[in-house]
Amino acid sequence: MTTPKYFWEDFPVGETVEFGEKHVTKEEILEFASEFDPQPFHLDEEAAKQSILGGLCASGWHSCAMLMRMMCDGYILESASMGAPGVDEVRWKKPVYVDDVLRVRRTCVEARASKSRPDMGLTKFRIEMLNQKDEVVLTSIGWAMYGRRHPGAPAGEAS
Amino acid sequence: MPWFEDIEIGTRTELGTYTFTEEEIVAFAKKYDPQYFHTDPEAAKNGPFGGLTASGWHTTATWMKMMIRARAGREEPADADGRKPPAGGPSPGFLDLKWPAPVRPGDRISYSSTVSEKLDMRSRPDWGIVRSHNVGVNQNGETVLTFTGQGLVQRRNPAK
Repeated sequence: MTTPKYFWEDFPVGETVEFGEKHVTKEEILEFASEFDPQPFHLDEEAAKQSILGGLCASGWHSCAMLMRMMCDGYILESASMGAPGVDEVRWKKPVYVDDVLRVRRTCVEARASKSRPDMGLTKFRIEMLNQKDEVVLTSIGWAMYGRRHPGAPAGEAS
Repeated sequence: MPWFEDIEIGTRTELGTYTFTEEEIVAFAKKYDPQYFHTDPEAAKNGPFGGLTASGWHTTATWMKMMIRARAGREEPADADGRKPPAGGPSPGFLDLKWPAPVRPGDRISYSSTVSEKLDMRSRPDWGIVRSHNVGVNQNGETVLTFTGQGLVQRRNPAK
């Protein structure tokens, strides 16, 4: 492991950044859906057109997986990531269709040092995933854990 | 799927058990969550979980796989007038997802889903929202996944 570029201290509360450019292909929608979510509106163009979703679209779990990949490439792989305990909420607000181009908008809404682990801090991000029409297709909110650049420094004294 | 009207709060469905292999854990993570503790068994030994673990999204997507499989294996009866039961609908999202323990290669995860709430949809009188409490438990009885799922389900008769 090389030294991470981003530590817990590098995500200031209130900061918003945008990153990622993910072209969604029909092949990968079908591939993910065949394996994990084989419902007609994720597998069959004709059935999807007749459905409430109006066209072939990605499984919501595939959207979450694509978001995770964009977050990995956008900063997590260069960070002192220590995983996440879960996600408070994900909303699938609009379908993700074939040929959509997705990007991520990340806002840090809260941060605190871990009480039990002086080498770790927690950060709460509000995430929006947008398509090429600037429509928000997915929102997510949740905590993730990061290593601290300065373990044990009092919470809030980012440097 | 059963009609919205026929779904009862408290009904628990066992979705079956899935064994996670190292090969599958690594393949999923390389595509969607390439953090070293999900992709590199050697490096993962010194990582936050002391070994290779499945991406939480892999654990969760597998819940969906098992849910669809369980649904496919259950034939819903047609109504007396011959009307066929509806297909499953989409989901507006989920709540309170937790990964309380990691999933490691060889783990056997048993999934279940319990109906917890039924909600009307003001904007769509033909549909309702069914909430469920979903759980994944490993072979040692440790919970590895919990979340509140939501799905749109068609009504036999539109809400008034």
